[in-house]
Amino acid sequence: MLSTEVKRELQAVVGPDDVRDDTETRLAYSYDATPMYQAMPDGVVFPESTEEVQAIMKIASRYRIPIVGRGSGSNLSAGTVPVEGGLVMVMTKMNRLIEIDQENLTATFQPGLITKQLHEAVERIGLFYPPDPGSMHVSTLGGNIAECAGGLRGLKYGTTKDYVIGLEAVLPSGDILRTGGKLTKDVAGYDLTKLLVGSEGTLAIITEATVKLLPLPEDRRVMVAHFSDLYAAARTVSQIIAERIIPCTLEFLDQGTIRVIEDYAKIGLPADMAAILLIEQDGPTSVVERDIERIAEICRQAKAAHVQVAQSREEEAQLMSARRSALSALARLRPTTILEDATVPRAAIAPMVEQINRIKEKYGLQICTFGHAGDGNLHPTCMTDARDREEIERVEKAFEEIFDAAIRLGGTITGEHGVGLAKAPFLEWKVGKSGIEVMKGIKKAFDPDGLLNPGKMFAKETRRRVVIM
Amino acid sequence: MKPVKEKPTDQVAWEQVAEYLRKTLDQDELTHCMRCGFCLPACPTYRETGLEQASPRGRIALMKAVADGIIEPDTAFADQMNLCLGCRACETACPAGVQYGRVLEQARAGIALREPSSRIVRGLRKLFFEHLFPHQHRLRMLGWGLALYRRSGLRWLVRRSGLMRLFPEHLREMEAVMPSASFKGVRERLGGILRPEGAPRGRVGLFRGCIMDVLFTETNCNTARLLVKAGYEVVIPDKQRCCGALHAHAGEEEAAKRLARDNIVAFRDAKVDWIVSNAGGCGAMLVEYVHHFQGDVLMEEDARWFSERVRDISQLVADGIDDLPLKRLEHRVTYQDSCHLRNGMRVTEPRDILRRMPGMTYVELFESDRCCGSAGIYNLTHPEMSKQILDEKMIHVKNTQADILVTSNPGCLLQMKWGIRRAGLEHRMRAVHLADLLMEAVE
Ligand SMILES: Cc1cc2nc3c(=O)[nH]c(=O)nc-3n(C[C@H](O)[C@H](O)[C@H](O)COP(=O)(O)OP(=O)(O)OC[C@H]3O[C@@H](n4cnc5c(N)ncnc54)[C@H](O)[C@@H]3O)c2cc1C
Ligand code: SF4
Ligand code: SF4
Repeated sequence: MLSTEVKRELQAVVGPDDVRDDTETRLAYSYDATPMYQAMPDGVVFPESTEEVQAIMKIASRYRIPIVGRGSGSNLSAGTVPVEGGLVMVMTKMNRLIEIDQENLTATFQPGLITKQLHEAVERIGLFYPPDPGSMHVSTLGGNIAECAGGLRGLKYGTTKDYVIGLEAVLPSGDILRTGGKLTKDVAGYDLTKLLVGSEGTLAIITEATVKLLPLPEDRRVMVAHFSDLYAAARTVSQIIAERIIPCTLEFLDQGTIRVIEDYAKIGLPADMAAILLIEQDGPTSVVERDIERIAEICRQAKAAHVQVAQSREEEAQLMSARRSALSALARLRPTTILEDATVPRAAIAPMVEQINRIKEKYGLQICTFGHAGDGNLHPTCMTDARDREEIERVEKAFEEIFDAAIRLGGTITGEHGVGLAKAPFLEWKVGKSGIEVMKGIKKAFDPDGLLNPGKMFAKETRRRVVIM
Repeated sequence: MKPVKEKPTDQVAWEQVAEYLRKTLDQDELTHCMRCGFCLPACPTYRETGLEQASPRGRIALMKAVADGIIEPDTAFADQMNLCLGCRACETACPAGVQYGRVLEQARAGIALREPSSRIVRGLRKLFFEHLFPHQHRLRMLGWGLALYRRSGLRWLVRRSGLMRLFPEHLREMEAVMPSASFKGVRERLGGILRPEGAPRGRVGLFRGCIMDVLFTETNCNTARLLVKAGYEVVIPDKQRCCGALHAHAGEEEAAKRLARDNIVAFRDAKVDWIVSNAGGCGAMLVEYVHHFQGDVLMEEDARWFSERVRDISQLVADGIDDLPLKRLEHRVTYQDSCHLRNGMRVTEPRDILRRMPGMTYVELFESDRCCGSAGIYNLTHPEMSKQILDEKMIHVKNTQADILVTSNPGCLLQMKWGIRRAGLEHRMRAVHLADLLMEAVE
């Protein structure tokens, strides 16, 4: 609960309805989409303008109250769980699409705008905002920016950081920081825009953003290829790219995932296949036709057991439904679903999947793997039960080994979900001691009192690297 | 889950509610929610309030916190559970298949031990649930009273005298769109058994519903006539009662089960192939009877028999629509889903039917899958939220430029009539039940 003075001061800023510290509200903002993490904030506040954010920050700084920014709470790294209490600042009321600038091809909006709504607005006028996290129906753009969200189109179009070109953010002092603008080129000093993208609410609260837009691709087509050999599937991914074709989507499902989807959705997937690749290309019709044909040919040469190019939008939807039902099918299997985010260079996909399979056998767990094969971003997903402490311990050990394996293969502990609380103990594995020191220095420059999202990104203790075999 | 027998009544302390909830809430179902938030955009109360606790994910978290003993249930908890429309749009959106409707009913059963908070709600519930819905003859008496009130000029007198001003605004507005109730129900008008016309397709038991048969007798008659035209033999068992949906949604589980048992017996005795309902809210309850008797050795088998046979009128008509003698009706029609028909029974046929009716131009209503705010007696218990949701809906209805707005549930139909009136669209369009529209087209 908030002290009476703090509450009164906050109420003076945002009005009585937009500050809450009753039990129901505090509980409702004690979690996000990350399994097994929960902590109660002292209060929740809903600003409606940059000025209100500034005033809230000043009050919080004066009373040394931690501030946790929050969009829709769909992140998978416990990034919004208020582990040190304080105020959760919910940005969803600041959800205006301020401008679509058709001359400069940019869009400017407030952080609470839902990702999907931006997509719809720009696509209506023939423009395109590529970052498309699987959660885009619910996630906010502020959350996307703070996590540097990726998505299915990452391979060809990159991720959120490749589109954000200007930001307005409020520092804990209440001062406003403006970075970038509508410029495509800008080398004046350090790139603070890029620094804030992926900063997970630990440096400043983003209050406005400008992103660049592309023309909407003219056409797109979908195809699927089944492989009885994991290595053949992985080689195919590299082969496609070696042939200088960059598909917009190149998704991978392993055998475990295929079986679970088939059991649940009965859409005629082959349960004996080692892997399925789902491929989509977009662009001018002639290019799309040519690329899809060549990809199909590469798959056939790689001895794919079955290659199918969708001939209609319905058939496309059918093929894509395998990928879309993946999460549903897995989530229905057991009470708790832990979706992880280990990423490797794309050439290392097959060894990585084999490592995951070895580790899951070792710990006797049910782990299925699917993900964005084109950019090496895998989502090993564990079906478990949070109430079974003994099993959860095994899950934790298994994931430690998975992250370790990823790093050994030249990869990273998270490709798009962020460090937050869940991955904090592993960050040093990836960035090293000096990396952590530089990052802590940056954090101090923005947030000297450590009020913004405390406990995230930097763990009190780093997990020791496990020694495999 | 262990059955909890002793159901405390009257003024129960919140601690007892907590204890009851800890024993009865389905922990597995609650744990199954992976908190992805995919249900948030589907939820009308989340959209109106912007508050996580008014979202499905938030409500599940609250229930789980009570079940885990992290928080104690209190009035604020109860208010949040009651603010939910029970429209179950969240279930359709959920990738993990969380059965939200079931845990909500469990939570409400716990809360109901302590009686709902406001006196109006308490009074309304008692009146409807205990004294009216379960008793067909009383409803009919009420209907008769209402009819008399209309016909006798009493209504004029009441309105003129300003007596209506004693009621809240929304009740006054609702009164204006209430259809005239009738003293005779479908069985009294058409008889207990109707012979089919043409090649026989099977024997259908008509579920007449309680309010449906008093306020919408004509729709019930049309439903029976349609089935006869489509080749079904129609039986209307006399011993059937209210479906119990409103009781179950309000947490009155025992009462709901008593009604369910009577209905199962009545239709089993009638030896029907199908049980047809023309009200989405009732239909969804009827298909779920089987869940209510899970583990009950005496009733489980009969309940399954019953639930498996339940069909919405649109499902039975869709099969034979090409054989129905339909004349051309040149109208622009749109359709508002009944939440329970769509999310509970997963029925998709009404749109197909409207598209296939000769002469009709079908226009899809933007967000037709979103609850209209009627939700049982929600529009009486939560008039403000209900009105907010309704007014938003009417903007989209207006945009369709349709002259007929079709629904498949009496509650939604009344709400739509109220909405049309509120939006000042009475001269441009009307709201009708699908069965009535079909009968208009039958030659
Ligand atoms: C089923 C599912 C699928 C997903 N698929 C993908 C995917 O394909 N790709 C992907 O990258 N992610 C994915 N995610 C993860 C998640 O959706 C993204 O991380 C998303 O960007 C979070 O957005 P949000 O609005 O929910 O942010 P939140 O979860 O509320 O917050 C995320 C972080 O951003 C900070 N934050 C939020 N708003 C602000 C602000 N205005 N200023 C400063 N900091 C802020 C928070 O403090 C927190 O650290 C998925 C999640 C789920 C549950
Ligand atoms: S969509 Fe389902 S799993 Fe996700 S938060 Fe909602 S209820 Fe939970
Ligand atoms: S039933 Fe309807 S109102 Fe209730 S939580 Fe689900 S979507 Fe929201």
